[in-house]
Amino acid sequence: SFAFTWVQFNGENCLNKDTKTNLQDGLKVVLKIIKHYQEEGQGSEVVQGVLLGLVVEDRLEITNCFPFPQHTEDDADFDEVQYQMEMMRSLRHVNIDHLHVGWYQSTFYGSFVSRALLDSQFSYQHAIEESVVLIYDPIKTAQGSLSLKAYRLTPELMEICKEKDFTPEALKKANIGFEHMFEEVPIVIKNSHLISVLMWELEDKSTVADKHELLNLSSSNHLEKSLQLLMDRVDDMSQDIVKYNTYSRNLSKQQQQKHQYVQRRQQENAQRQTRGEAALAEEDITKLFKPPQPPPRMDTLLIAGQINNYCQNVKEFTSQNLGKLFMAEALQGHNS
Amino acid sequence: AQVGLGDAVTDPAPRNITAVTFMGVYLHFVSIIFFHSLISYLLLTICNSNVYAYTCMSVYGPAVKIHPVVLASIGDSYERRNEGASRVIGTLLGTIEKHSVEVTNCFSVPHNESEDEVAVDMEFAKNMYELHKRVSPSEVIIGWYATGFDITEHSVLIHEYYSREATNPIHLTVDTALQSGKMNIRAYVSAQMGVPGKTVGVMFTPLSVKYIYYDTERIGVDLLQRTRVTPSRTKGLTSDLSQVGGSASRVQDMLATVLTYIEDVLSGKATADNSVGRFLMDLINKVPTISAEDFETMLNSNINDLLMVTYLSNLTQAQIALNEKLVLL
Repeated sequence: SFAFTWVQFNGENCLNKDTKTNLQDGLKVVLKIIKHYQEEGQGSEVVQGVLLGLVVEDRLEITNCFPFPQHTEDDADFDEVQYQMEMMRSLRHVNIDHLHVGWYQSTFYGSFVSRALLDSQFSYQHAIEESVVLIYDPIKTAQGSLSLKAYRLTPELMEICKEKDFTPEALKKANIGFEHMFEEVPIVIKNSHLISVLMWELEDKSTVADKHELLNLSSSNHLEKSLQLLMDRVDDMSQDIVKYNTYSRNLSKQQQQKHQYVQRRQQENAQRQTRGEAALAEEDITKLFKPPQPPPRMDTLLIAGQINNYCQNVKEFTSQNLGKLFMAEALQGHNS
Repeated sequence: AQVGLGDAVTDPAPRNITAVTFMGVYLHFVSIIFFHSLISYLLLTICNSNVYAYTCMSVYGPAVKIHPVVLASIGDSYERRNEGASRVIGTLLGTIEKHSVEVTNCFSVPHNESEDEVAVDMEFAKNMYELHKRVSPSEVIIGWYATGFDITEHSVLIHEYYSREATNPIHLTVDTALQSGKMNIRAYVSAQMGVPGKTVGVMFTPLSVKYIYYDTERIGVDLLQRTRVTPSRTKGLTSDLSQVGGSASRVQDMLATVLTYIEDVLSGKATADNSVGRFLMDLINKVPTISAEDFETMLNSNINDLLMVTYLSNLTQAQIALNEKLVLL
């Protein structure tokens, strides 16, 4: 699973980044993200937005967020940067922290490990070291428990992205596996006293929730969907593996050919020497045998990461369901 | 004097169902009578000659539905107010249906208030509204909010401005300074009153406030309710079985409450209530009676499915790990 690191942030040139995310005005940020998806993100569209906050000592504090409009409109002249600037300027007027510290995205059954996410997160992290991407899973939340996770790219992956060198050798040197792509940053939600008072008031005046989704037994739909996505990814993976296999086979065939050529050359030279002729000129081997292009490994890494994520989700889901089934059994046991 | 109608209608419901319905009917009755008597009382006290009262009935029904995100934003803006400002104001966005208003979003507007004048940055309000419209085009301005307990004369002016932006705007007051000991959240609609042509006044008639949630919002808020309990007001996000455990313990608490009530009734301490009894019968009957063997087979097949899926996902993970090692070798 994703690595947890818990290191203090010691000044400017620290390679080990600080790793705790605080949702400082937790209620507001969480509710805004939920509302954004609920109102604008029906279907499998992802919704995105910006997180604002501060970096304080060893924590990243998120205090506000605002949503991005969807890209699906045919607003050719819609300027994203301008929208962002306007928004931040306006928020500054009302004393809201206007520093960009990250972004959030909703996900569909946990499928967010993609090239686009990687690129965006890389550009954010390049500008601000501690920025995170907050992944909100609305379907899992609807099943009963708020699903909000914060991720950041590991320093090794940052290096690789900077170089844009995705060959197997580079990855091997950096020792990146699919498990070391993202590091999950633990989230702590904090609320001020005023908000606590507000929540007392809310609880007082609201009716008791009549849906307890978390204890719902019939969630095979979710499982089916997850497994289907998993199967698709595994198919992609196997295609990728086939590609890599052909590459390595070509490579080894070429090595053999090179070897044979060199041997033949040597034999010829030996024969010529015995006959007293001049040796043939040395030829540049590499020009004759162009090495095949190694396939870029970045996609494989992403697919592997995604598969890993799906598997984790599925396992979590099954463990919860097993618990619920045993509870149902206990209930029946009393009756019979 | 502001009438606490909002308070009366939104009191916490006692556990007894009939008591609730009875109280609801009673309060409704009382509120109607009270409402009418309030109007006549105010009319008599304001003008002592013959008056023609223009009390417009509110366009919306007596309830305003508010999403918790609005309250969270208001609380946050209040905390970030400028030095010396005693309250903050802002615009409310939402949707209007035929008979009710749903407030789904808000943003604060900078303003200056002194003894005798008030200045609100209208440009800012317009700009922010445009930006918000980009994201959610279905939200319209439906009113404004102010923190604080009373409605001041400045409020009347601001309300007038907002009546230009929206028809019949709602005014929401959130008592963040807790002047009355609780955080009072009230909503008002303005109504004209007085003698036409001469002294005209504005009266704010209260509406009742209801909180509505989307399902996911409910779950988010429920989780965050638990931050109230810890001294540092923090909460990490748990996962896996601990969540199911938490949920189960909550159901257990509810069952304990019901059990104490039943025991009280049995021992004669509380009067038996037929409708509660009927609900209890429903509850017991909800647990399906399945024959033991059928249940066994169902349970086993479900458990087997889940175990198989777990096994497969573990296998897949091992497979990709292996693939990686082979490639990087």
